[in-house]
Amino acid sequence: MKLPVHLLWLIPALPLLAAALGALVPRRARGVASSAALVTIIASFLLSCMALSSALGSTGVHQVSNFEWFQLGGGSVRLGWLLDPLTALMCVMVTFVSTLIFVFSLGYMKEDENFKQFFCFLSLFAAAMLGIIISNSLLLVFISWELVGLASYLLIGFWFTRPSAAAAAKKAFITTRIGDLGFFVGMLWLNNASGSLLFFDGGRGVLESAALGTLSSQVTFGGLAVSTAIGLLIFCGAIGKSGQFPLHVWLPDAMEGPTPVSALIHAATMVAAGVFLIARVYPLMSADQALAHVPLHALTAVAFIGAITALLGACIAVAQNDIKRVLAFSTVSQLGYMMIALGVGSWVAAIFHLLTHAFFKALLFLGAGSVIHAAHHEQDMRKLGGLGPKMRVTFLTFAIGMMALAGVPFLFSGFWSKEAILHAAYEWDVSSIPLVIALAAVVLTAFYMTRLVAEVFLGKARSKEADHAHENSAVMTVPLVLLAACSVILGFLGTPVWPWLQSTLTGLPMEKHSLLEGASLIVLSVLLVCSGLGAGWALYARRLRQSAAAEDPLESTWPRAFAFAGARFKFDELYAATVGRLNLSFAALSDWMDSNVWGGLINLLARFGETAGHFNKETDDEVLNTGFNAASEEIRSVGKLYSRAQTGETHGYLRIVALGFVVLAILAMMGGAR
Amino acid sequence: MNALPCTIYVSFTGALLALAVGGRSPTLARIVALASALTAWGIALFSAIHFVPDAAGPVTLVDAPWIPQMGIRYHLAADGISLTLVVLTGLAATAGILFSWNITERTGEFFAFFLALIGGVYGVFLSADAFLFFVFYEIAIVPKYFLIAIWGSTNREYGAMKLVLYSFAGSALVLAGLLWAYAAGGAHSFGVAELARVAVGFSHGQQVGMFALVFLGFAVLAGMFPFHTWAPTGHVAAPTAASMLLAGVVMKLGAYGCLRVAMPLFPLGFVFWQPMIAWLAVIGIIYAGLVALVQEDFKFVIGYSSVSHMGFVLLGLAAANARAVSGAVLQMFSHGVIAGLLFAVVGRMVYERTHTRKLAELRGMALYQRLPFAATVFVLAGLASMGMPGFSGFPAELTILIGTWQAAPWAAALAAVGVLIAAAFTLRVIQVSFFGQAAAGSAPLPPLPPITLPEKCGAALLLGATILVGLKPDLLLELIRPALQAPFFQAVLKGGAL
Amino acid sequence: MIHHPLELCLVFSSLLFCIGLAGALSRSNSILVLLGIELMLNAANLNFVAFWRYGPSPAPATGIVFVAFSVAVAAAEAAVGLALVISIYRRQRSIRLQEAVRLKG
Repeated sequence: MKLPVHLLWLIPALPLLAAALGALVPRRARGVASSAALVTIIASFLLSCMALSSALGSTGVHQVSNFEWFQLGGGSVRLGWLLDPLTALMCVMVTFVSTLIFVFSLGYMKEDENFKQFFCFLSLFAAAMLGIIISNSLLLVFISWELVGLASYLLIGFWFTRPSAAAAAKKAFITTRIGDLGFFVGMLWLNNASGSLLFFDGGRGVLESAALGTLSSQVTFGGLAVSTAIGLLIFCGAIGKSGQFPLHVWLPDAMEGPTPVSALIHAATMVAAGVFLIARVYPLMSADQALAHVPLHALTAVAFIGAITALLGACIAVAQNDIKRVLAFSTVSQLGYMMIALGVGSWVAAIFHLLTHAFFKALLFLGAGSVIHAAHHEQDMRKLGGLGPKMRVTFLTFAIGMMALAGVPFLFSGFWSKEAILHAAYEWDVSSIPLVIALAAVVLTAFYMTRLVAEVFLGKARSKEADHAHENSAVMTVPLVLLAACSVILGFLGTPVWPWLQSTLTGLPMEKHSLLEGASLIVLSVLLVCSGLGAGWALYARRLRQSAAAEDPLESTWPRAFAFAGARFKFDELYAATVGRLNLSFAALSDWMDSNVWGGLINLLARFGETAGHFNKETDDEVLNTGFNAASEEIRSVGKLYSRAQTGETHGYLRIVALGFVVLAILAMMGGAR
Repeated sequence: MNALPCTIYVSFTGALLALAVGGRSPTLARIVALASALTAWGIALFSAIHFVPDAAGPVTLVDAPWIPQMGIRYHLAADGISLTLVVLTGLAATAGILFSWNITERTGEFFAFFLALIGGVYGVFLSADAFLFFVFYEIAIVPKYFLIAIWGSTNREYGAMKLVLYSFAGSALVLAGLLWAYAAGGAHSFGVAELARVAVGFSHGQQVGMFALVFLGFAVLAGMFPFHTWAPTGHVAAPTAASMLLAGVVMKLGAYGCLRVAMPLFPLGFVFWQPMIAWLAVIGIIYAGLVALVQEDFKFVIGYSSVSHMGFVLLGLAAANARAVSGAVLQMFSHGVIAGLLFAVVGRMVYERTHTRKLAELRGMALYQRLPFAATVFVLAGLASMGMPGFSGFPAELTILIGTWQAAPWAAALAAVGVLIAAAFTLRVIQVSFFGQAAAGSAPLPPLPPITLPEKCGAALLLGATILVGLKPDLLLELIRPALQAPFFQAVLKGGAL
Repeated sequence: MIHHPLELCLVFSSLLFCIGLAGALSRSNSILVLLGIELMLNAANLNFVAFWRYGPSPAPATGIVFVAFSVAVAAAEAAVGLALVISIYRRQRSIRLQEAVRLKG
């Protein structure tokens, strides 16, 4: 069964339908909303598998289906779907992980009064995420990108009655939107520079050689090639969404959301969208590679941002005490790895790590969710402990996830994908800093994961909640088992011995290498993993924590450094003191200007008008009216004089008539005499 | 098509009828008002659907001499741009009446003023004679004053007076500019086309001066920074339906005047002032967004957001290419619908039930539980306002910015910052106003009156419109695009860098 | 001594006028004063007719028309006058002209 590309839209449309249905049914229709979500996501999963089979049938070919959204003076805005192995693999991963997480949520959110909304939002998220993956247009990516951000906002703030959740949701949305601003500007620029936003459009798309040639040959400010500038702007979006330094601050706070959300959105899928985006526009990002005389290659910036993030996240994770925050910072760090891979030129390794990471990080988060659910929402690992024997399935699967993340050799998927990244970084000839940082992060990762497992599962329970914990029902454990299985198997799709994934993604024939070719690096990284594990074991598993209040071994050794890392290197405080305060003072200034300057100007004018009015009134009263009044007075007195004649006595009037008659008669007689 | 002038007559007749029956039965007045608004809107929609554009320019509907001595004619004409705005007017009027269903004080007069205002607005959008345009424009100002001064709330006399003085000052500038053009060119008529014909002969200096007068006069009503301060106070003082119309339609009158009269008449003057307008628009977008960020009155936030969004319209006009201008018209429609919805939620659904608009007080009211419908509508409207894809604001701002980028990349990039700020202040009010928490241990809050059916209908109408246009912007762009092809606009829409 | 009928008529109307004037001046009863005024008016009417009949151009009926108007107006005037008298009576229970001085300016 194959899915033709023009029907690709069905994959996101089905969950979207479920979201709409979930929004419309009444609150008590819990079953309707959740089953609709589940059925549609499974259907999407099956469709994705069909899409994968059709994509595998023609690797190296980009099947597209474009259509016009609306017309614009002298052009049109077009969107489209794209089917290639990258799309298909991502679709399968997202729908599969989503399905498992939906199932897990059935158990985890059982008691929540807003159960219905939860599934509505989850479906919306899945739809938007799939929209990013299948789109053949940067604009459609952006649209889905925003919807993903919206769904993430709604889900982080799902328990909005907690002020911290509401604040975290807002912070996540705004912080990612800062990155999106760059993305948006880059998109506008790209549209203007190339006249299209379609990735592939029969030679006219922006990822095809004609457009890339134009873009990389033009030079803009600072001597950068236009493609570099646009690529960096688009990368801003990835920085925001994928929690890269310096916009990583939202991701740990996003753990305020329900744990399945953290697993799905803030570990497995959404945060990987940035990596996916850069992989998707990789031809654009790498268009400037051939240019020698440019101050900066776009990918170099990506590699260094990734390296900083990888180290930063790993360092902070060491000093966190909240089980979910440790995992969150580990996500930050792993995303940094993927960025390194992209930056050093191996997008395939990045996608490989993205896929494996999605499974084992979802596993770890769901495992954490299982622990949290069992321990009545206790997340502080100092207060947990001793859960291993009580929750065997969770413990075992969590341990598998932990080993995959730490990169325990050969059996676990994380090892292979991490190895691919290290190899790529090793071969990068620009700088060796990313490689060194990546290796350092390997040690740290192994260390903090050991710490986490030891604190949570070993020893004895250090609180009432942990003491009463017991294994969850099958609806929550079965997804764990399935994810654990995937965390193991998936690694074998991309080993150097049989690089199926690599050749599928690139469409090139398989280049098999023996393990011995890069043996020195493998040995080095295995040694580093072992040292990390060993250090963690020595510090935390050999001497188990005795009480919740006991000091962390690292804390007693380096109290100030530990506290600084625990406070996440004070990034939040830094931003609040700089950007936040600047913004607020600008806002306050504008507000003041509005009421005092602009409003004041108007009031001043009004005051001026009023004063002029008073002045005029005085002039009128004192000068103009005087003459007028005097004249009126004169007229009145004359009138008074005349009115004396009006006696009101009729006989008087008649007498005057008679007098007149006599005078007339006399005159007539005199005339007659003459 | 030829039924279009009836929108004006139906509205004025409805106003008289509402006044006549209002004394006897308020319900009857409401029904009369709703019926006339619906009729007018129906006519507008019907005409828009069956509209056949004319490549030469607006299609004449009525043309009769009015004051022949001065060549003033009663000339009504329509093209895609005016039709878009006429449809918007009908929509806003209908929704406004639904949201003022509960007016009990002097109901008949309220609806009479309301419909008179609507009639004037229809007239402005359909006028093809500059003098007639001006007359309808003045007709629309007077009812505004009474609506605010009689039925308004906070500080209403101040707000009403400020609004009316600004409007009259603006229209005085417009009139001065038009008379100057009429006299200087020796024109024989006030027809826009005729004025444009004589304006070709003006010197550069004359064009610059005339454009400044006319544009500034209209831009005051469009809420251009720094002449925007009437808008927030006016919106806050106005009763709900009047705020909806003010933000939804009346601010569009200004922008429409800029596009229809100021720009095509004085292309040289426009080119001279173009960078200035773009700067003011961009400053307005960011500035008003920042002000909205720190407001403590719910309605002030929406009022300033309107100013910010109108900045996009002005930016689109300033960019002066077909893309940006069609985006600006789309944004006029979009903002009209969205601002109407926001004001409806704030003024009608929330304020008339809680009797406060102070965010600090709303925070403790847990409105999401007590008014879930209002909360949902406000969240959706807020998303639309911050330019979320799926709502009309997104394609509108997108087209404006795509067009603006061609002319001035810096302006587009700065304006995009405005979108970010919009997200910040919208999320802030959403969380504070609806999703706050009652203080722990306080007495349980009494239930609020439920949302009524007319409110639900009005909200559904506006939400439907913004989503429909958001998903299929071609519905309106197909009307707007041919209108901009007319030679009349082509003279000014040359594009090119700022 | 009498040469012409016109002179006779004029003498007659002058007498009539003087009688009317004397009546109007000497009486204090408003109705009688009105009567006197009517006499004076009729004297004037008589002059119209006389000048028309014996004047230089008797052809059009000018005098007659004048008189017809005048009589008609006089009738109306009498009606108004009597109505005024009644209203004055109602006010001050008397129709003595000397007492009706309220319209003093």
